[in-house]
Amino acid sequence: MRCSVVSANGFPGYINSWFETTGRKTFGFVKEMGNVVVFLWHTLRWTFSRPFYVKNVLKQMEQIGFNSIPVVLTTALSTGMVLALQSYTGFKRFGAETLIGTVVSLSMTRELGPVLTGLMVAGRAGASMAAELGTMRVTEQIDALSTLATNPVKYLVVPRFVASTIMMFFLTALGMIIGIIGGYFVGVKVLGTNPVTYIKNSINNTEVTDIWYGLIKALVFGAVVGIIGCYKGFNTVGGAEGVGKATTGAVVVSCMLILIFDYFLSALLW
Amino acid sequence: MAMIELLDVHKSFGDLHVLRGVNLTVEKGESMTVIGGSGSGKSVLLKHTIGLLFPDKGRVIVDGQVLNDLDEFGLNEMRKKFGMLFQGAALFDSLTVWENVGFGLKQHTKLSDKEIRKKATEKLALVGLKDVEDKMPADLSGGMKKRVGLARAIAMDAAIILYDEPTTGLDPITADAINDLIVDLRKKLGVTSVAITHDMQSAYKISDRIAMLYKGEIQEIGTPEQIKSTTNPIVRQFITGSAVGPITAE
Repeated sequence: MRCSVVSANGFPGYINSWFETTGRKTFGFVKEMGNVVVFLWHTLRWTFSRPFYVKNVLKQMEQIGFNSIPVVLTTALSTGMVLALQSYTGFKRFGAETLIGTVVSLSMTRELGPVLTGLMVAGRAGASMAAELGTMRVTEQIDALSTLATNPVKYLVVPRFVASTIMMFFLTALGMIIGIIGGYFVGVKVLGTNPVTYIKNSINNTEVTDIWYGLIKALVFGAVVGIIGCYKGFNTVGGAEGVGKATTGAVVVSCMLILIFDYFLSALLW
Repeated sequence: MAMIELLDVHKSFGDLHVLRGVNLTVEKGESMTVIGGSGSGKSVLLKHTIGLLFPDKGRVIVDGQVLNDLDEFGLNEMRKKFGMLFQGAALFDSLTVWENVGFGLKQHTKLSDKEIRKKATEKLALVGLKDVEDKMPADLSGGMKKRVGLARAIAMDAAIILYDEPTTGLDPITADAINDLIVDLRKKLGVTSVAITHDMQSAYKISDRIAMLYKGEIQEIGTPEQIKSTTNPIVRQFITGSAVGPITAE
């Protein structure tokens, strides 16, 4: 006969176990987010105090920004082109093909430019930051920095955080432009929409604030990628396996936070 | 005069009580080695002396200053008195050998790169290395990495040098060469040194005094001769490397 274990509070054991696991994970998540906020506070504090490691910032700008250009360009171009193609299919049904330009430019500036750039940079540069700092942690290079009287947050985290925030802004701007060009190419050259109407509609229906909203999102996403990549790397434990976990964690958490912040920023910057 | 004092130092990580009231004094110019098995708390103890970790209870005093009471700036100033050789050398992968050795000088002095490189070359010569300045750490052998790590530790003319398992992972001949180097540097520079190791040959060779750490407490402190002739069963078992005795393998 099958009998279920009933605990002291009257619930079956597996229910208690489920609540325990959920509770532990929730506490763990809240605690980690608290630690991230503390880490961000330290980073911001050191960002605005001397000495400034300008050379490190420039190096990181190259690694995070310049080296991400190919992946961002490919994503933006593809998205702009697909967007034009898909909108044409839908809009043609009620004779609104001329509005393709508006859809492409609004989507690229307000939403897809920053979000896709953010996700791509999180996957490329965020992972790289976590892996690099994680390796430095497990090989005691971060401790070595401290013993050499150099603040590791200031020396390692601040340049990555600053570079990630600034470069996400420019990469997103580039992504917006390339996406719109891709849309124009498909809309005008492939699908045969009138170029003058296409450009006129795009310009008339896209305001400067749309571009700014997208770029403000980019700054926030850049800060998210930088801080999460560095936090995960900085707090790596457990050798090679730990570095792997930190890298995966950095990409997953950054992407999730980008999508969460995207909603709230969209609601705020309506 | 005491250079480093650990007074009733306790440290826990979660439920794990690693240091359970450690008392240890290292005199100025003395070479102290802390021995103990894996997981005995040696590394934790060493990290307390340079403020990489802070005690839950108790005090760490270096050169008359209580480490626990120092702010960020004070702690960094204090750390300039130290040089530390890490177990895996912990060289910065992205920097060349001379940039590694001159890292402290670059951060804390106004010397030009040319002068820093010259100083780095001098320190590298002191540890028996030449023509490696432009190599990357990945191009060096384990023994060479330790030497570069040692050159980095002495580059700022530190008063105290900490050695974390200086001979671990090295072949016996290279290990002995590192021991000779530690003894030689101490004679030349007159520094205070604290080493942690489980290599008894190394401990006997480089130490003025040896302290045995077991289960978070200092079991015995004495000169190498006193340690060799100890009657303490725990210390006896450890120095003879016997599997039979009060210490059980983990």
